[in-house]
Amino acid sequence: MSAEFSIIGKPTAMVDAAGKTTGAGKYTDDLSLPGMLVGKILHSPYPHARIVRIDTTRAEQLEGVVAVAIGKDAPKTYGILPVGHDEYPLALDKVRYVGDNVACVVAISESIAEQALELVDVEYEVLPAYFDPEESMKAESDLIHDNKPNNLEKDYHHVFGDPEKGFSEADQIAEARFISNEVTHAAMEPHSTLASFEIDPHTGKPGRLTVWSSTQVPYYLQHKLSLVLELPMQQIRVIKPLVGGGFGGKSEVIPLEIIAAIAARKAKASVKITYTREEVFWAHRGRPRTIIDLKTGVKADGRITAVRARVVQDGGAYCSYGVVTILYSGALLGALYDIPNIQYDGYRVLTNKPACGAMRGHGTVNVRFAFESQLDELAVQLGMDPAEIRRRNLLKPPCITVNGLRVQSYGLSECIEKTVERSGWKQRKGKLPRGRGLGIACSHYVSGAANSIIRSDMPHSTVNIKIDRDGGVVVYTGASEIGQGSDTMTAQIAAETLGCSLSRVRVVAADTDLTPIDIGSYSSRVTFMAGNATLRAAAEVKKLIAAAAAKKMACGPEDLIFNNDLVSKNSRVGTAASGRPAEQGSAASVSGRVEGQILRGSLQQKRKEEGPKDSMTFEEAVVAAIDFHGALTGTGSYAPPPEARGGKHKGAGVGPSPAYSYSAQVAEVSVDEETGEVTVHKVWAAHDCGRALNPVSVEGQVIGSVWMGMGQALTEEMVWKDGMLMNPGLLEYRSPSAVESPEVEPIIVESIDPEGPFGAKECSEGSLAATIPAIANAIYDAVGVRLHESPFTPERVLAALRAKRQAKQLNLTEGVDPTAPRRFREHGGSLCFEGKGPERHALDPSRQAAPSAGGTD
Amino acid sequence: MKKELVDLKINGRGCELAIEPNALLLDVLRQQLQLTGSKRGCDDSSCGACTVLIDGVAMMSCTLLAASCEGQDITTIEGVTEHGSLAAIQKAYGDWGGAQCGYCTPGFIMTVKSLLAENPDPSEADIRNALSSNLCRCTGYNQMYSAIRAAIQAERQGMATGEK
Repeated sequence: MSAEFSIIGKPTAMVDAAGKTTGAGKYTDDLSLPGMLVGKILHSPYPHARIVRIDTTRAEQLEGVVAVAIGKDAPKTYGILPVGHDEYPLALDKVRYVGDNVACVVAISESIAEQALELVDVEYEVLPAYFDPEESMKAESDLIHDNKPNNLEKDYHHVFGDPEKGFSEADQIAEARFISNEVTHAAMEPHSTLASFEIDPHTGKPGRLTVWSSTQVPYYLQHKLSLVLELPMQQIRVIKPLVGGGFGGKSEVIPLEIIAAIAARKAKASVKITYTREEVFWAHRGRPRTIIDLKTGVKADGRITAVRARVVQDGGAYCSYGVVTILYSGALLGALYDIPNIQYDGYRVLTNKPACGAMRGHGTVNVRFAFESQLDELAVQLGMDPAEIRRRNLLKPPCITVNGLRVQSYGLSECIEKTVERSGWKQRKGKLPRGRGLGIACSHYVSGAANSIIRSDMPHSTVNIKIDRDGGVVVYTGASEIGQGSDTMTAQIAAETLGCSLSRVRVVAADTDLTPIDIGSYSSRVTFMAGNATLRAAAEVKKLIAAAAAKKMACGPEDLIFNNDLVSKNSRVGTAASGRPAEQGSAASVSGRVEGQILRGSLQQKRKEEGPKDSMTFEEAVVAAIDFHGALTGTGSYAPPPEARGGKHKGAGVGPSPAYSYSAQVAEVSVDEETGEVTVHKVWAAHDCGRALNPVSVEGQVIGSVWMGMGQALTEEMVWKDGMLMNPGLLEYRSPSAVESPEVEPIIVESIDPEGPFGAKECSEGSLAATIPAIANAIYDAVGVRLHESPFTPERVLAALRAKRQAKQLNLTEGVDPTAPRRFREHGGSLCFEGKGPERHALDPSRQAAPSAGGTD
Repeated sequence: MKKELVDLKINGRGCELAIEPNALLLDVLRQQLQLTGSKRGCDDSSCGACTVLIDGVAMMSCTLLAASCEGQDITTIEGVTEHGSLAAIQKAYGDWGGAQCGYCTPGFIMTVKSLLAENPDPSEADIRNALSSNLCRCTGYNQMYSAIRAAIQAERQGMATGEK
């Protein structure tokens, strides 16, 4: 907590908390309009098929059905990325995954709409389908998209520095294949969209479209609706009500958002579509299954000499954010540690499954799991403390990484130090009883992308502020509150800058008719970018107020201090500084909002008589400014500086950010060797967020990230069989319940970024990526097996333990990691190499160049 | 399906409604009565966002026939606010970060109310057990525990607000 600020850094309840805790706040599905109809979507039952014929006659004839929309009602492609316009709102000729959108029935009730879905006759010609990315890459016929040979959405091949030379200089090299299985956001609010057309008074025909939707990106939604419906953007208003969680799942245009508008146009009525939980799983856009072949070389002193990563992502049937995801996977190998040589080969592959997209920690999470696990392994091989090897590889900012990322504020060292200290790492690591262990890992993330996905010079955030005569401040921002605290952050920054109380500030957000363009809530960009825009807008209005107030106080505007609803002369300028507090009290009560204009008038009269004052209330200063300037408004915008926008190589646009957050975590786990069950007891998570604008929110975001990472580490996995999702429900897709969730101790590290608003950076995503490898490394510490595939389910843990045990019984070294802590090498003497000389090492396959042993299954 | 008349007592008020016998309580609350505080997060009692109190017991209204609740006291999140002000638990959830996106919050508050009515001094394990009927995807639950402890404290002091 900082004494220099009155609102920034103070624990603050969210400005919209009461609406959430009383149930009065409205989410999209809570809204209804008179005469509103219900839309239901017919989904494909086949993973890959040509649509031969669709007949909607029988469905249309059902009593209560108003319209049935199909592909040819809006035969335009769209996609979140300009390079990825490969989706039709409703399939035109082909379906590409089980759950693809085929038709939409609009009816007077949900049950009638559901009945009618069964009456839509669709004839399919089933095509061979691809489910495994490595198989899919070999495809020559029946391609998922005709313009994508080998079902390859995109591949990138980056070489920075000289990786070959780096590996030749290394004293230790580790190489292994890691697999992270697919996970999804599972936000508590299922997607929902309400679309309504107004009749145009001039033409008498449907004119303006208003869409209420559970979206993280109202502006992109407006843009894509305009493309598909062929309406100018000014004819479309997108309003974002409360959103029940996003995590990336609402960061692009989801099919129902466009389908609802098409259906409303066809039915000539307002239409609401809300996904069932199962449909949410089909809509997906989560984190792809990722296969990572990783090789890392280190010197004996722990310094990393080179990294080579080959990454294959199972992207699903459409591009979505895929091109960005595969680039992030490579780009974010840099900017955490100082790595002089990097080779990256990334393949984003199409398969006949729901499209993957952006999910919390976009692109970086799975590669970070692999990297941090391997670094741990190398530390053990070198006989070095895993915390120490990370310290040895710190960047020395300000600097530009080998792949062109600019790093300024860098709190990683402090993060490592604090987690190590709080977790008792030095005293406890390696000394816990068998079956219990500690693991450490680090991660980082962007504070917004320096390059927008729509290439233009447009600022990424713009904010307007209006102040009324009674001192009420309204901030208009396009930034989307999705539960992360965007509105609260905006109000705090406005109030702090203007020196007024938080209760004066009202935030109007994410309504494209009212709020200036902001590209949305994703890649952790809101605090940094919309926060900076708010700061600038507030500073602009403050200038106007200061000019007027300075006149009244007979001083220069630069001599004024705005604080605690008071505008006062800087004490070194003022004369009556000592007597101020009492005076402030009485002034505030006289001009209180209740008394209103009459008293304020008489107060002004009184002030005139008394001559210039040393201070005015915020309200008085505002009145003075409005009397002087007329309307009191200000605008601020933010565009990332050119220096932060990265290198020039192909794909260099993804990865650069004006600032990076840093995280270091220690996890304490125990492993039941009988059942394979892993229990996480506690996670210490230090996060460098630049400055914690609101510690309650920062801690909440860090805990939430760690918890979500733990879900991916232990239980969450989308299970597929022939393109069918086997667990499309919250009981089967297991995110941890309260009983399974550990205590997370958040530790805030403030590195004060030179460009962040009040020094702030991101805090909502960066912590997630470290949790998975921290748990993996803790499992290794507990029972001596390295898990190379997430989630670490009891089956996978048991398989790894069994492999290790069998290898012992058969007197084989295969499956056993000779670097395992000594206490696991004590039995089965053949596995203990100590003192046995180099001839034993030669027999040990894991000492040869082949991928390291000890795989999971 | 032909509608039938039922008398439901919701948040202390009686209301006569024409509903289909197979109508779920959650749909009746949300669609007919516009009591949209109870949320639908799943369709199979797995998330708890629709939790209401039936005669004081936390139940999931997404798998409860509305007609079966005749003669019982139904309390929804809209009935939790006290005299137009936030109840201690509601205030505490806001202050301590127990709610982020807020979609699961009404369900959690109903669950906590039911827990505290039964057990005014729950242990950490009691709280965890009770909360495990509901899912939250934002908070990792940690800050909810602080909120619940603060609410208990505030209730004990006979205050309507949980000062931090």
